[in-house]
Amino acid sequence: MKKLGNVLYVTIPEAFLSLEGETIIVEVEEKPKTRLPLLNLDAIVCFNWIGISPKLMGACVERKINLTFLTPYGKFLANVSGNIRGNVLLRRKQFALAESKEESLSISRNIVYAKIYNQRKVVERTIRDHSMVIDQAKLRDVSEKIKQSIQSAKDAKDTEELIAIEGYVAKQYFSCFNEMILQQKDEFAMNGRNRRLPLDRMNALLSFLYVLLANETRSALESIGLDPYVGFMHKDRPGRPSLALDIMEEFRPILCDRLALTLVNRRQISPSGFLIKESEAVLMDDETRKQVLTAWQERKKQEIIHPYLKEKIPYGLLPHVQSLLLSRHIRGDLPEYPPFFME
Amino acid sequence: MTHQEDELLPLSGIHHFLFCRRSWALITVEQQWDENIFTIKGHEFHKRVDDPFENQSGPSLIVSRSLPVRSFKLGLTGVCDLVEFHPSKDGVNLAGHSGLWKPIPIEYKRGLPKPDARDEVQLCAQAICLEEMLSVTVERAFLYYGKTRHRTEVSLDQQLRDLVTNSAKEMHQLYARGYTPQARYKKECKSCSLVEICLPTIQTEASDVKKYIQRFLEEDQ
Repeated sequence: MKKLGNVLYVTIPEAFLSLEGETIIVEVEEKPKTRLPLLNLDAIVCFNWIGISPKLMGACVERKINLTFLTPYGKFLANVSGNIRGNVLLRRKQFALAESKEESLSISRNIVYAKIYNQRKVVERTIRDHSMVIDQAKLRDVSEKIKQSIQSAKDAKDTEELIAIEGYVAKQYFSCFNEMILQQKDEFAMNGRNRRLPLDRMNALLSFLYVLLANETRSALESIGLDPYVGFMHKDRPGRPSLALDIMEEFRPILCDRLALTLVNRRQISPSGFLIKESEAVLMDDETRKQVLTAWQERKKQEIIHPYLKEKIPYGLLPHVQSLLLSRHIRGDLPEYPPFFME
Repeated sequence: MTHQEDELLPLSGIHHFLFCRRSWALITVEQQWDENIFTIKGHEFHKRVDDPFENQSGPSLIVSRSLPVRSFKLGLTGVCDLVEFHPSKDGVNLAGHSGLWKPIPIEYKRGLPKPDARDEVQLCAQAICLEEMLSVTVERAFLYYGKTRHRTEVSLDQQLRDLVTNSAKEMHQLYARGYTPQARYKKECKSCSLVEICLPTIQTEASDVKKYIQRFLEEDQ
């Protein structure tokens, strides 16, 4: 399998990046701060305002290094890409499958299976590992409800029904999320899932991790040659990478939710690292963001055996691997899309 | 059958095509490419040969590097690493040179001779291009291997020419259908730079996707 490279996260708003030979120079207020080689870099994620030189942009495009600009608060701004990569025939087939209700349902169903399964796995793990300190009855109840939803997903007649089931499961799952918070319970308690704006620390943390995952999934789809904006489950909406959102459903529980819980339960981040604005919106401070990014990078390096490929891969390659498997299905090599189940 | 200008396919593709039709389709139909150590070494090796502006000519020899060629009959276009032109009575006129000349294509390969005919086929395709463009017969052609540092003469017999013609025809058929053949895993896959895109080993399990999903969904029910 392809090698997982590094990601450079630029979190200093005043930073400017340029290229000298094969080396990236990071300058802050016109003084060189860091130098690092371009080699083995998979992506650059800029949370800065000042920018990056066109020459470095060119080098990134040439080497397929994904270059993304987010605002300092983590909202997506832009992505630099060169010639549209990949194969127009593959994209046409993707569009044709997206047009077909039956085909869309088949792909979406497999994605939802994996999402539900993986959510349940997160709950079950908490029961297994922390049975003494949690409200077992509550978690078991949710786990049971999720399990029953798998049958409903099997019976779903169209994607609308499937989305409703997925929404029901998400609601159940998040209803017991607080039970899985074992430390700093009061400060990180969440009151359901809210996104715009995040109204508590846990939501702020989850939203930030989802942005990172969405960005990596979108870029993985693009590098495989699929159009990240044409989805099977999420409807087309200008500016929304629907396919990336479809595919990342499988990974959210494993890559983001579990990481968020770990960070809080191990006290790797603290409540004081969040700013609560007058509108009750919650923002993460720079230091916390750095800690989250470091933990994210570490998590991506952890290896698992992919249950379908039966090959050892780092978590960070999951978006790439699943994009590849999806393209195999779209192309007709695989009769169905094999989603990722956490073993 | 002759092809139009915008239908021409890369001549070097015939080399991939004989090695593995799927790898050719991934590159040509699906526009996928990945480098590995072998392809990078190949580029480095060719850098030394390819310089279209470094031509040598004398009264008894013209050496042309990186010579662009095409054949409408084959529907292929590409670049010859090196073509030598030797004086010959049944040769042709060349612009800027007096006398009659006959081309001899020489293709450079980094490693060792291959067990199959893919190098010979690529070279023969170049020869057929030269014949079509210059209205001349090409009788001699050579492969130069970096590892042996030797030129080997390739016999451009009818059998090889047929193989070129048929392969080119098949390439055009697959290309027109936009079809990528299924993978079949073989030991050469390990050294192929496209192995991570191709995933040749998952094919055998294709019918098992349903079973794979069932395994998880029915785990503890």
